Amino acid sequence: MSALGHLSTPVTPEPVAARKGGRRRTAYLLLLPGGLWLILFFVVPLVSLVAASLYDPNGSIEAGFRMTWSFHNYVDAIADYAVPLGRSLWYSLLTTAFCLLLGFPLAYAIAFKAGRWKNLLLALVIAPFFTSFLIRTLSWKLLLGDNGFVVDALRTVHILGSDGRLLATTAAVVTGLTYNFLPFMVLPLYASLEKIDHRLIEAGSDLYASAFTTFRTVTFPLAMPGVVAGTLLTFIPAAGDYINAQLLGTPKQRMIGNDIQRLFAAGAYPTAAALSVTLMAAITVLVLFYVRRAGTEELV
Amino acid sequence: MRSQPVRRRTVLRGLGLSALGLTAGGTLAGCGIPAAKQSADSCLSTDKSAEQKTLIFSNWPSYMDESDEKVNGQTVLPTLVEFEKRSGVKVTYTPDINDNAEFYAKIRDQLGACQPCGRDIIVLTDWMAARTVGLGWIQKLDHSKIPNVDKHLLKQLRAPGWDPNRDYSVPWQTGLTGIAYNAKFTKEVGSFADLLSRPDLKGKVTLLSEMPDTMSFMLKLTGADPAKFNDAAWSKALEKLQDYVGTGHIRRFTGNDYVQDLNAGNIVACEAWSGDVLALQADNPNIKFVVPEEGLAIWSDNMLVPNKASHKANAEALMNYYYDPEVAATLAAWVNYICPVEGAQQAMEKVDPELVDSPLIFPDSATLEKSTGFMALDTAKAKLYETDFNLAIGG
Repeated sequence: MSALGHLSTPVTPEPVAARKGGRRRTAYLLLLPGGLWLILFFVVPLVSLVAASLYDPNGSIEAGFRMTWSFHNYVDAIADYAVPLGRSLWYSLLTTAFCLLLGFPLAYAIAFKAGRWKNLLLALVIAPFFTSFLIRTLSWKLLLGDNGFVVDALRTVHILGSDGRLLATTAAVVTGLTYNFLPFMVLPLYASLEKIDHRLIEAGSDLYASAFTTFRTVTFPLAMPGVVAGTLLTFIPAAGDYINAQLLGTPKQRMIGNDIQRLFAAGAYPTAAALSVTLMAAITVLVLFYVRRAGTEELV
Repeated sequence: MRSQPVRRRTVLRGLGLSALGLTAGGTLAGCGIPAAKQSADSCLSTDKSAEQKTLIFSNWPSYMDESDEKVNGQTVLPTLVEFEKRSGVKVTYTPDINDNAEFYAKIRDQLGACQPCGRDIIVLTDWMAARTVGLGWIQKLDHSKIPNVDKHLLKQLRAPGWDPNRDYSVPWQTGLTGIAYNAKFTKEVGSFADLLSRPDLKGKVTLLSEMPDTMSFMLKLTGADPAKFNDAAWSKALEKLQDYVGTGHIRRFTGNDYVQDLNAGNIVACEAWSGDVLALQADNPNIKFVVPEEGLAIWSDNMLVPNKASHKANAEALMNYYYDPEVAATLAAWVNYICPVEGAQQAMEKVDPELVDSPLIFPDSATLEKSTGFMALDTAKAKLYETDFNLAIGG
């Protein structure tokens, strides 16, 4: 119908339409590489992960795994691993909170007070990335070691008992996580703070707001996109991390990643997959809830 | 008239949803992982050793003698170089096996589908070797080509339950699992009962994350035989372990990395492998290895030729070469594990007279009698026990 209408009323100049169609095609062509990448490396693995979580739990590598739609895998996995699952979410929440507490003043100082030191300070924030994640975590083992100088000093001033230790405690694991993910918090915070129009803050003091009120009502709300991005970039990877728990913790600090890795190696694919999907779902729900509450207009 | 144009977002959303629906319904139902069991008939391998004088050898780290000086920045492996000279076979040697379960995860998809895994010799510990042999993934060896093995292999190692005629496997090195402690920080720890209950050791001991090693001792502590036990005994041993984990007595479950913690004094005693401890002792005389009252756990790491490896004859030549007592002694003097080759002790006189009486390289028969191996498990049992063990060592 509309095609016929087009033919009979040649009002729309032909070249414009052609250009529009061409532009649209270009847009889709530009989406193609990214789309293919996502299908190949995100959708396919995700589907196969969900499938694996529903395989017959009595299968083995020797006999193979059949698809039996065993939704019960989820019930079993959650019943057996509720503790490490909850612990992972709790640790990553703590990590995110500490990163925010440490990262905000740092990002604020770099954005507003650093002057000509700005670039140097930013480089220092990124500097740890020049060493591997594993090496950095292992160095914490040296620092916090039972006979290292940190523990010795803390024992001398009686903060730690004569038998107290830092390594292999919850504190060590959360410290390690905080340290490893801090740059992911600082950088987006800095990007947000940097963009703030200084005249708005000046306006605050012009209107007789105290420094704290200006911060609370002007600076912080304007930095919100950075806070949201930073907390997400910290929380999500921290929940799946298992290196810190492995190297700095004890069995009592095991996170869900440790269990998934071991189950996978043991050939218990369905349980391992069910736990992975559960973790993903839990994170997605938490993040969606959080993003709805915090608002992300400027994020996307 | 013009119909309301369909909004792009709606179209995309519709497409996305139907794609999701299709995937969920169709793809998921079609999923599954086929059985990985192979047999000599289902998976044929051809030997190209005659034309191709090459061999790809994957082994564990620190498991091959190294000379002190480097040539062109490369570490020289003297016994291996000698083999290349004698046989004319060029060996690609990679120490890329760190953990049995991890390495298994690396090769199982290829071997399960009868595809080459890119290696002619792999080295796996008994329990894992048993699993791969059970799955039919390993080629049968031609004993006429390995006369040295038949002649010199230690009596105690000739007939393991999972390969009674050594048709598929040849031990590379053998080792003992026992207790190590750091004498600078604690007095002697003589048994696993002590290690796991002495109050001064609380939070300062580690156990190994290799299930057979640790469970061997739990089974012994609960009065069972690790070489032959049933599900009830297993559950009892597992409960015992859970108790120790629950009290916080055990600090961690580790792989080889207990070595650094023990050396630094972060832990003062642990379950340990004999060769590691000997190597550590050379730098730190405070480190001691103890034969626990419960006895030792003995294991071997075995050379295997996987299916589709195309240089089996070359691999057999290498196995035969390393069972020459003199070569074996040279290797043992460097790696410090138990030498599975009879006659190497005499040959050691020439290589390093100090090591001739080392009880951890050439243990006497009394020590060997006190040592037990771990029962071979089929994959279903192995998965069950590994999963149990995993739950138990989590806090």
